[in-house]
Amino acid sequence: MKAKDIIRNGLIKENPTWVLILGMCPTLATTTSAVNGLCMGLATTFVLMMSNIVISLLKSVIPDKVRIPCFIVVIATFVTIVQMVMQGYIPDLYASLGLFIPLIVVNCIVLGRAEAFASKNNVWHSFLDGLFMGLGFTWALTLLGMVREALGSGSFFNHPFISGDGMLLFILAPGGFICLGLLMAAINRLKK
Amino acid sequence: MAKKAESTLKNMLLALTLIALVASLALALVNRMTKGPIEEVNKKKTEAAVEQVLSVPDPSDNTKMVKIYEKCESDTVTFTDTIKGKPTEFTLTRYIAMDSEGKVVGKAIESYSDAGFGGRLKAMVGFDAEGTVLGYSILESSETPGLGAKADQWFQRDGKGNVIGAVLSEKPLAVKKDKGDVDAITGSTITSRAFCGLVNTAYKAFLIEKGGNEQ
Repeated sequence: MKAKDIIRNGLIKENPTWVLILGMCPTLATTTSAVNGLCMGLATTFVLMMSNIVISLLKSVIPDKVRIPCFIVVIATFVTIVQMVMQGYIPDLYASLGLFIPLIVVNCIVLGRAEAFASKNNVWHSFLDGLFMGLGFTWALTLLGMVREALGSGSFFNHPFISGDGMLLFILAPGGFICLGLLMAAINRLKK
Repeated sequence: MAKKAESTLKNMLLALTLIALVASLALALVNRMTKGPIEEVNKKKTEAAVEQVLSVPDPSDNTKMVKIYEKCESDTVTFTDTIKGKPTEFTLTRYIAMDSEGKVVGKAIESYSDAGFGGRLKAMVGFDAEGTVLGYSILESSETPGLGAKADQWFQRDGKGNVIGAVLSEKPLAVKKDKGDVDAITGSTITSRAFCGLVNTAYKAFLIEKGGNEQ
């Protein structure tokens, strides 16, 4: 496997959101604005990257039968680090994402990549996979956040371009599903 | 690729123990680093909220707000309030605001209601010495975005359901549907009721004398 393939896989071909459809809970819950989506994506990217590196390093010393608990401990450690650092240094962001940060632990993308990729590949490739899977997740969340924010509150990255209220539906959960479905259809069409 | 460790009891115990040990060590270190900043941030947040709810418009310049106190002390009070006909025990933190001579000029109370649409609604509520509402600031809310979440603006001085200046000794806060005076948030009567409830609870805490318990 080449580095170029790993990058393409993460960003487009096996994009966690548009193709693998993993981690839908944070995808729908945090994309009420573009900034929230972007930050959630970046937090997940960090965890994915670090856990992939560590798990790839440890893959030969972790016995098969206890691999899942080992992976979860590693992932949970990085998530808690992200949470504490965010709470101490970027409190505003923590206030809007706080609830969803601990949930990165159970995000299927993170455990999925540990199981499917990092436990079978070398450190360099696992690092690339974590980074680009994370960035694939990030751009998907940012795009979804941008569309929902534009329709729902009439602003672009928190800069309003209309006065008054937007279409509230798009900030709420049903709007999230509608946007996700339409964007997924559009992306599938473009990929053809 | 290196040979994989076999799943013997010894190997499994060793791997899990070592990983857990390293993980807890790393977390202890990060916790040590971030503990200070987190406490700092929380303290600043509370101070900012107290200052916001204990401010009045500047008499010479209406666009500015000035705080009414010089120094501030905090205490906690425990009392029972009747919520939906049931006696409920509350333990709330109060911030007692004083002027430079130590005379009490107002109190800010960290109050909450569990009757919100999305669960707990928590707010700082400020009263002047007579018990008139001076301001409020939502601290924690799980209300619906675009509907109940509007509570942070709606009941402010220039909001549609202004509660600033309400005198609670005459009449507890209630929404118009409940024969009160407060305009509820459109489509969010439940949130509005919870908000009125938490202000009323805060007023009960306000009435308790400094250092004393329930009257």
